Amino acid sequence: MFNTLLQGLRKPLTEPKPSDDPELAALGATLDKVARRKLGRSLSIREVDAGSCNGCELEIQALNNAFYDLERYGLRFVASPRHADVLLVTGPVVKNMREALERTWRATPDPKWVVAVGDCAVDGHVFANSYAVTGGVSAVVPVDLVIRGCPPSPTHLLRGLLTLLQK
Amino acid sequence: MTLDTIVTGARRIERHRDWPRFAVGADAWQEAAGLLARDELTLLSVWGETDRVHMALLQAESPRVVVLSLECPDHRYPSIGAVHPAAIRLERAMRDLFKLDPVGLRDIRPWLNHGRWTDEPPPAYGFLPVEGEGLHQIPVGPVHAGIIEPGHFRFTADGETIVRLEQRLGYVHKGIDTLLHGATLPHALRIAGRTSGDSTVAYAFGFCRAVEAALNITAPPRGAALRGVMAEMERIANHVGDFGAVCNDAAFSLMMAHCAVLREEVLRCADACFGHRLMMDRIAVGGVNADLDGIGISRIRHLIALLRARLPPLVTLFEETASLQDRTVGAGIVHRDLACRFGAGGYVGRASGRDFDTRRDLAYPPYDGLQFTVPMLPEGDVNARIWIRIREVEQSLSMLEQLLASLPAGVACTPVEDMSSGSGEGIALIEAFRGDVLVWLRINDGRIERCHLRDASWFQWPLLEAAIEGNIVADFPLCNKSFNCSYSGHDL
Repeated sequence: MFNTLLQGLRKPLTEPKPSDDPELAALGATLDKVARRKLGRSLSIREVDAGSCNGCELEIQALNNAFYDLERYGLRFVASPRHADVLLVTGPVVKNMREALERTWRATPDPKWVVAVGDCAVDGHVFANSYAVTGGVSAVVPVDLVIRGCPPSPTHLLRGLLTLLQK
Repeated sequence: MTLDTIVTGARRIERHRDWPRFAVGADAWQEAAGLLARDELTLLSVWGETDRVHMALLQAESPRVVVLSLECPDHRYPSIGAVHPAAIRLERAMRDLFKLDPVGLRDIRPWLNHGRWTDEPPPAYGFLPVEGEGLHQIPVGPVHAGIIEPGHFRFTADGETIVRLEQRLGYVHKGIDTLLHGATLPHALRIAGRTSGDSTVAYAFGFCRAVEAALNITAPPRGAALRGVMAEMERIANHVGDFGAVCNDAAFSLMMAHCAVLREEVLRCADACFGHRLMMDRIAVGGVNADLDGIGISRIRHLIALLRARLPPLVTLFEETASLQDRTVGAGIVHRDLACRFGAGGYVGRASGRDFDTRRDLAYPPYDGLQFTVPMLPEGDVNARIWIRIREVEQSLSMLEQLLASLPAGVACTPVEDMSSGSGEGIALIEAFRGDVLVWLRINDGRIERCHLRDASWFQWPLLEAAIEGNIVADFPLCNKSFNCSYSGHDL
């Protein structure tokens, strides 16, 4: 086991920080400028699956692997909404999850931000117009940032999340 | 009474391929249910339409599939679940979605319908009563602590020991059956590929094979081989990821760190070769829409070499870490008879001695031309489910090598002429990483009239309830991850 441990230390796998994207920077401006001052480089994220196909979850999980290593940016996933600054919501927000999402949102202390992740979270995508779907995160809770993609790649997610930390 | 006597004299439905469908009466329907109850047949699925119910059956010896259909204009049919528990949740779901009443089924609580599709206040859900001294209940979910899908688990514990787990699912129900109704084939394929994102290749594969059966199309050899390449890459990515994640739930995060890196390598290779990390929307009716060039082939060969070099040390580490074995050996046991009765597929079935794999037993291209073995273990515990995954990755690597070594020349996709006008019925079974996925559909003038997608999880979730009994509460995440059932694939 010792050798396996050392092997991981010898060759770092982390990616260089993704470059700034002017389009995403503009999106970040919609966020409260106080975020940076209040939170510094510490942002706690609670992920909520509100009816996704689990594709977005796979790519969000990938942010924790050694290539992306989300925590080095001061971003980390937490187990409870009560510890969170950000709710990362995936899925078209199905009606069976609506109340759970609302309650999670209410349990998250202010100031808080909601990031809608994936095309479903934006407008329901292929699941729009179903009797079982509300039609996107903004139909249920206020959304501060949108990260599109089906699913968005980890790099794309990372860029989106970093805009939360830039003033 | 055998399956043959049931279908003898029954009317065979025309234009239903590749396996036959028979219209039967209520008596024959109940006799088939009786065969299921006596474990003489395996239930592949039960599904409904407006005024008709269907069951798909598997005969294990000299494997074949038969679909039986019963007209029920009064929206009532004899319940299979009343005698064969594997059908209970499917029948409860059918009752929610198609208003078809299973006569004789005792548990008729709603399953996917939580009473939230209308503006009426939702009714309370009655969990099964539990009796006993000093028992306490732990409700968990739907929102869970990790980055995972939502579902509710109601534990009843006696101290540390779980005496009963009751699941309540349906939280991610999107209405896929209804969305598919009337959809064009390209649009329906996009929806089918998003039934369970981790199995997007398998669902697209299954959907396209069912469409091709219905419209009598054959994918060209190159297209079939490339489907196999994608399906095995998807399997490897998921199995390697699960291997790490199960160990992580036994507090051995080192394995997770290494396996997550290997998983990422597979996804990056998929992205470079096929243009999408999960290979979503890459399988098309008639073949694939992402061909593989020489650079792609060498990329996958490089990936195979990388996994062959980096996985074995991790397997050795797993074998030699006593603290890890202490958690996985003997935890969450599924007995063979239960795995067979529920027709549990994938690593859940094969780790409990159920010797079934659609790639071998109901072989479809490209697997009919490949050499491989189906790993099997009798123990049925968390440890066995990990080992099946490890052995399956080894088999998948070998399959990838074979596919690349003899990749047929020619086109990867055959043009489909009656895509917007064809009609017919098709059924397909595909081995996803989790187990067999069943796709049944009827096409009318190029549009989906009815499409039923049955995830392997339908027959695995109930076994988790059985496997966890007698284990401690703290071992639930470990057992659950070793199953890794799909919520979305089940909730539809």
